[in-house]
Amino acid sequence: MRAAALITCLLLSPLAGGVDTGQRFEDAADQARYERLIRDLRCLVCRSESIADSNATLAADLRREVETLIRDGRSDAEIYDFMTERYGDFILLKPPVAPRTWLLWAAPALFLAGGLAIVMVVVRRRARIARNDPAALDEEPDRP
Amino acid sequence: MKLSLRFLVPALAFAVLVAFFVVGLKRDPGQIPSPLIGKPAPDFSLESLGDPAWKLGPGDFAGRHWLLNVWATWCVGCRQEHETLLAIARENRVPIMGLNWRDDRALALGWLTQLGNPYISVAYDPEGHAAIDWGVYGAPETFLIDASGHVVKKQIGPMTMDIWQREFLPLLPAGEGRP
Repeated sequence: MRAAALITCLLLSPLAGGVDTGQRFEDAADQARYERLIRDLRCLVCRSESIADSNATLAADLRREVETLIRDGRSDAEIYDFMTERYGDFILLKPPVAPRTWLLWAAPALFLAGGLAIVMVVVRRRARIARNDPAALDEEPDRP
Repeated sequence: MKLSLRFLVPALAFAVLVAFFVVGLKRDPGQIPSPLIGKPAPDFSLESLGDPAWKLGPGDFAGRHWLLNVWATWCVGCRQEHETLLAIARENRVPIMGLNWRDDRALALGWLTQLGNPYISVAYDPEGHAAIDWGVYGAPETFLIDASGHVVKKQIGPMTMDIWQREFLPLLPAGEGRP
């Protein structure tokens, strides 16, 4: 029982992450926007972390910029533009859909299609063998 | 036919993977390309490190090539490249402006007294606002700005004489800055 409780706590602990947990805005909608935006922006010093997760100085500075931009009434798109104008697409944890990233975005579908094609070829071949010579299936896989 | 396909498909897949790895491993993940190249230099107006009453900005160098070097006393790479900056300053081809990033004024002035000062002027950016406008993410960084005020080159990491001669000097107009 105790072990189960411990495992549950450990599994849940990543959810409690985040360096910047304080309330920055009185308005709940602004606060929610702020939290969402800082999760979408990469900390360029630590690379695999968002600026919400990092306590690097640069991440703190970028959080402050996001806060200022929200207070200035800028839209999400304007804030993303502000960041990419300065740091490039690399700062976005979710890359934009553009001609040069089509391959990247299509990759999962391409891999799935490739896998399906292989499965279909194998299944068809085995079906053909099963029709012609059912006993062959129990032997070693066909060799050239 | 059956044999060739059986070997060709995995071999092809392997070749594609190798190609991706070769390209991927040759890229330095520490070098994030700057979107600033070819764009007008971001403006700022910051206090001079030595004299808070003196305001500095990119406009100070209008009409000529200049370097902006982002440094701080907490930055190890900055100490590493300092001799190179002094040597570049001695060449007297381009003025170097320092951008002292998220630092302490007294410490920074002490550093220049102790190690020598390669800078024509040093802008003091303790809050890092100008640094964000320039897309700075790790000191040292060095920008070359041309006579029309456009950023033409960015070096991330310590400047070396080799990088300076190979990548920066060819971008300078012949004879500019010579006395």
